[in-house]
Amino acid sequence: MDYHNTELLRFTTAGSVDDGKSTLIGRLLYDSKSIFQDQLDAVEESSKNKGFDYVDLSLLTDGLKSEREQGITIDVAYRYFATPKRKFIVADTPGHIQYTRNMVTGASTANLAIILIDARKGMLEQTHRHSFIASLLRIPHAIVCINKMDLVDYSEKVYDNIVADFKAFSSKLDIGDIQFIPISALNGDNVVNKSENMDWYKGSTMMYHLETVHISSDYNHIDCRFPIQSVIRPHTLNNQDFRGFAGRIDGGVFKPGDKVKTLPSGFVSTIKTIELSGEKIEEAFAPMSVTMTLDDEIDISRGDMIVRENNVPQVGQDLDILVTWMNDKPLRSRTKVIAKHTTNECMAMVKALKYKVDINTLHRIEDIDSLEMNDIGRITLRTSKPLFYDTYKRNRQTGSLIIIDEQTNETIGAGMII
Amino acid sequence: MGNYIINHLRELESEAIFVIREIAAQFENPVLLFSGGKDSILLTYLAKKAFYPAKIPFPLIHVDTGHNFPETIAFRDALVEKLGVKLIVGSVQDAIDKGRVKEETGADASRNALQIVSLLDTLEAHKVDAAMGGARRDEEKARAKERFFSHRDEFGQWDPKNQRPELWNLFNGRKNYGEHFRVFPISNWTEMDVWEYIKLENIELPSLYFSHQRDCVVRDGVILANSEYIKLKPGEEVVNMTIRYRTCGDMPITGAVVSDADNLTKIIEEIATTRTTERGGRADDKRAETAMEDRKKQGYF
Repeated sequence: MDYHNTELLRFTTAGSVDDGKSTLIGRLLYDSKSIFQDQLDAVEESSKNKGFDYVDLSLLTDGLKSEREQGITIDVAYRYFATPKRKFIVADTPGHIQYTRNMVTGASTANLAIILIDARKGMLEQTHRHSFIASLLRIPHAIVCINKMDLVDYSEKVYDNIVADFKAFSSKLDIGDIQFIPISALNGDNVVNKSENMDWYKGSTMMYHLETVHISSDYNHIDCRFPIQSVIRPHTLNNQDFRGFAGRIDGGVFKPGDKVKTLPSGFVSTIKTIELSGEKIEEAFAPMSVTMTLDDEIDISRGDMIVRENNVPQVGQDLDILVTWMNDKPLRSRTKVIAKHTTNECMAMVKALKYKVDINTLHRIEDIDSLEMNDIGRITLRTSKPLFYDTYKRNRQTGSLIIIDEQTNETIGAGMII
Repeated sequence: MGNYIINHLRELESEAIFVIREIAAQFENPVLLFSGGKDSILLTYLAKKAFYPAKIPFPLIHVDTGHNFPETIAFRDALVEKLGVKLIVGSVQDAIDKGRVKEETGADASRNALQIVSLLDTLEAHKVDAAMGGARRDEEKARAKERFFSHRDEFGQWDPKNQRPELWNLFNGRKNYGEHFRVFPISNWTEMDVWEYIKLENIELPSLYFSHQRDCVVRDGVILANSEYIKLKPGEEVVNMTIRYRTCGDMPITGAVVSDADNLTKIIEEIATTRTTERGGRADDKRAETAMEDRKKQGYF
């Protein structure tokens, strides 16, 4: 197994208590042999104690005590498994409407979304919700799993009808790449192993798709964006003149010799070196953490951004954003908050609430005076200093921000710049 | 356009370095909690990379239970010397002597839980506002829900139901007076990733991790090192075995595995075929199904 050439794929799952999400993840872990004997022993023991006559794979993923007591998943849990081709990070989130904030959190870093549909029930409100969130957060890929096929006699017709329904609905959404797969998580059909019960399905298994879906263009490699985290100045005898700019590339490809511009100063210089721990790097792109040095001595500090001279982000203080509200305290117009965007942080004021989206029907509700917990709506935000940003559609890093409560310091909103 | 892909180890490295740099930028008195185990050694290594050619801009804190393997302490001192970084030691023995905590008694006595008090005392004494550690989400089920930036209230407690949402790579380290953060830069690494990376970068480790001969006691299926800190129960005997450690905690509670893996390649092969988790050998986790969650709520690392 050549472990060093494996890519990392982050995916998110959303589902409610009954549609078999935890069983599906348990199945992926189990069939990919990612479960250790002591974990399996613990789960078998728990299943027995509960009087089940099968091993409940969903117990593998239900972590916290209160969740096990209530039999529900209340927070984002992260799971890990690997195959010879890829390494996977699963953000496992609950699917109830009151957990929209968790779904959004899990979706924010995902390359791929798994949307589960119970074959007996077809499209439900929550399917709409999950699909809308995947689209809103611009997850580049989606797998729609029609689960519990064993309970509908592995019927092709049932599957075809659900696929048609989903396509009709998703035409209103913006998900680039959607794959449909009929599965039974409980029995393992088409999860890791090809089903013997559904000859009519000619597509690949879920695992095959997870292992092969093309993710190298999920990051923006066109618009060069390098937000500065900190300036490295060693103050040692050997490195008296060293001035390195530390950060993570958010877009584009940087090379030594490139002409660059620094924001907000507007000074132009040339990249001298790109390095990490003294090792020189020929090409740096998202999501690499690097240290950059420039030919000229320019005053740069945390929150500044290095870009290409002929491709600059938008600069401004009035932002139109789609926000997911994540706090018990509703959001109202004229509220003062803290906005955190790339490595920048500043005061901001909510100037206007424009509308909220009914996440089940996708209808806009206008004339609102507040956004409640788990609402998604469009607002305008005025920041106390100019931010350097792209639209979220163009770049998920430079197009996103979080909103922080001035008093409690809690993260209360997630914003995507339109 | 070229194929701009980095492999998963480089992506995890990049993520961890980003988080470590955020800690240094967002907090006034960050520290790195150094246990002497491979995960905190890895974390120290990544911190060195993050700020090179400057030195690591925060001290290491080690909570010394007094029951450490001597190899761990020797390794710690050599590492600190090499990196030119400051070391702060919090002593559980001190806390016992001062009457801050009471030593457990009996054959299964452990100082593991006592660490919590020493740790919180040390953090408070040094006005630490962010303590970063090498915990990973794949280690244990309560840790699977831990954030990168994990908020602790003024009592050092973790409230799993009231965690801040963490979106994109935007980490919110803002806090009120008296509160602090635990930060876990290698949250997304698995045990295999850690070993693969250690091999890739040729990171030096204490000899405990490699196969060696040692006098051991087998208790409840766990292989424990025989030491002055362990009292034999009736019927138990000391056996010389060929073992190595997968984690490094206190001598009386850290279980070894029978192994002749004496280099990194063999260790990786062993882990690829092994059938138990690394914490499977930790006696402290076996006390209750939610032992880790309960200790974490109190402020355990």
